[in-house]
Amino acid sequence: MIAIIEGIGRTVIGTTRHIKSVAGLFFNTIFWIVVGPFKGKFVKRRSIFEQMVFMGVKSIIITFFVALFTGIVIAMQSAYQLSKLGATIYVAAMVSVSMARELGPVLTALVVAGRVGAAITAELGTMKVSEQIEALETIALNPVRFLVVPRFLGLLIMLPCLTVFSDIVGIVGGFLVGVYNLNLNPYRYMDVSFEFMVWKDVWTGILKSVSFAIIISMIGCYMGLNTKGGAEGVGKSTTVSVVTSFILIILFDCVLTGIFYFSNI
Amino acid sequence: MDKEIAIKVDNVVKRFGNRTILNGISLEVYKGETFVIMGGSGCGKSTLLRHMIGAIRPDLGKISLLGRDITCLNEDDMDKIKKRIGMSFQGSALFDSMTVGENVALPLREHTKLEESVINIVVKMKLELVGLRGFEDLMPSQLSGGMKKRVGLARAIVMDPEIVFYDEPTAGLDPIVAGVIDKLILDLSQKLSITSVVVTHDMGSVFRIADRIAMLYEGRVVELGTKEEIKNSKNGMIRQFITGDPDGPIKFFQQKDDYLEQLTK
Repeated sequence: MIAIIEGIGRTVIGTTRHIKSVAGLFFNTIFWIVVGPFKGKFVKRRSIFEQMVFMGVKSIIITFFVALFTGIVIAMQSAYQLSKLGATIYVAAMVSVSMARELGPVLTALVVAGRVGAAITAELGTMKVSEQIEALETIALNPVRFLVVPRFLGLLIMLPCLTVFSDIVGIVGGFLVGVYNLNLNPYRYMDVSFEFMVWKDVWTGILKSVSFAIIISMIGCYMGLNTKGGAEGVGKSTTVSVVTSFILIILFDCVLTGIFYFSNI
Repeated sequence: MDKEIAIKVDNVVKRFGNRTILNGISLEVYKGETFVIMGGSGCGKSTLLRHMIGAIRPDLGKISLLGRDITCLNEDDMDKIKKRIGMSFQGSALFDSMTVGENVALPLREHTKLEESVINIVVKMKLELVGLRGFEDLMPSQLSGGMKKRVGLARAIVMDPEIVFYDEPTAGLDPIVAGVIDKLILDLSQKLSITSVVVTHDMGSVFRIADRIAMLYEGRVVELGTKEEIKNSKNGMIRQFITGDPDGPIKFFQQKDDYLEQLTK
């Protein structure tokens, strides 16, 4: 019995410490973005662009396929239900609204967490275990400014872009089903798509993706910088990083959806 | 003779958990000398080196570097000190996303306002010093261990530091490369009057380069003296360390009766 309580206590204390450290890393990152330039310590634009290419441009293909097939699947599933009511035209609204509000941001974030989050942790973790982080510190380069900030900013810019891209591709997927399978009028389809999608659907989705970008980059960097114990340690950190990001993305999605649903913004 | 002190370590204690790694170490390193810290694996010599460069803060005691107490400096002041020191890491710690030239140029690019053409010249000069001119465009993964170590050394001295720290500079190198590195350390201290602090247990190298030697055992300085004093020391530990005798005051094996007990437990 005591062992169970001890176990719970240890987990809680450990988790609190991790949360504190991640929050610390986040504030440190913000500090370097906001205060750094005033101290004459800029973040290299080149390294931000390098990260943006890696995180954003090179994620386009996988995002494209995931969004396209998701759009197709929603269209088919909702057509299956809506055809009983003779309202297949509303497939268009179904696809556009669910892509913008929910599936665009979440699926893109999950794909990017798997691709980019894992890469961040593996790279920083390898740098940690091979003394490269320490070497940076000895030449008076702050690892947060030098490594974390470009990754943070890169993802903060690219994930919302990818999300908008995936919204559009998802709608195109639905369009293909609507026009070629359900024989709906293409003009009517597009019309209904945008008639039911309000501005709020889009910006709440983008806001979600911004918070997911913070989660993925912070968890990825934190796990990487805290890697211990050689190649095995890097593997462990990477796994924990991706799993934690996945859970937090779904959790925050739920919380944010609740906030947007209950508050009539 | 009154010598100027470059590094002063005063009664430093460090514990990790229950293990006491450094147990009240005091020593002084004079300007321009080559100071060797030797001792068996796990005796705390690398930890002591990390204290000297400000990577770890001691639990107790003071360390002053170039006249400043680094145990209570803020980050900005510490960065100023760090720009005046260089460190060559055991595993070379080259940034493997950058070429050899970029690695060596990094401190200059980040901390000085030198023209790119000047930086290129300095990089070539430093690489020439370590015998690797013409390797600028290779990636670290294309180099052998010894070459990496020499690039790491070039990066450590690129800012013309006043003190250079070496963590096992000759470990894992063939005798000729080890000799080259020893000669390089000597050249730097004799020609440029750089203070060198070398952590090593390569006895051949110790007696080639050292002005003064400190022997560490279980977190304490057991003997400190000039090369001749150490060579002629009557201290059993030092004799054992120099000759590499498995029997002596430094115990490698646990007590015999313990062993039987543990086997049959």
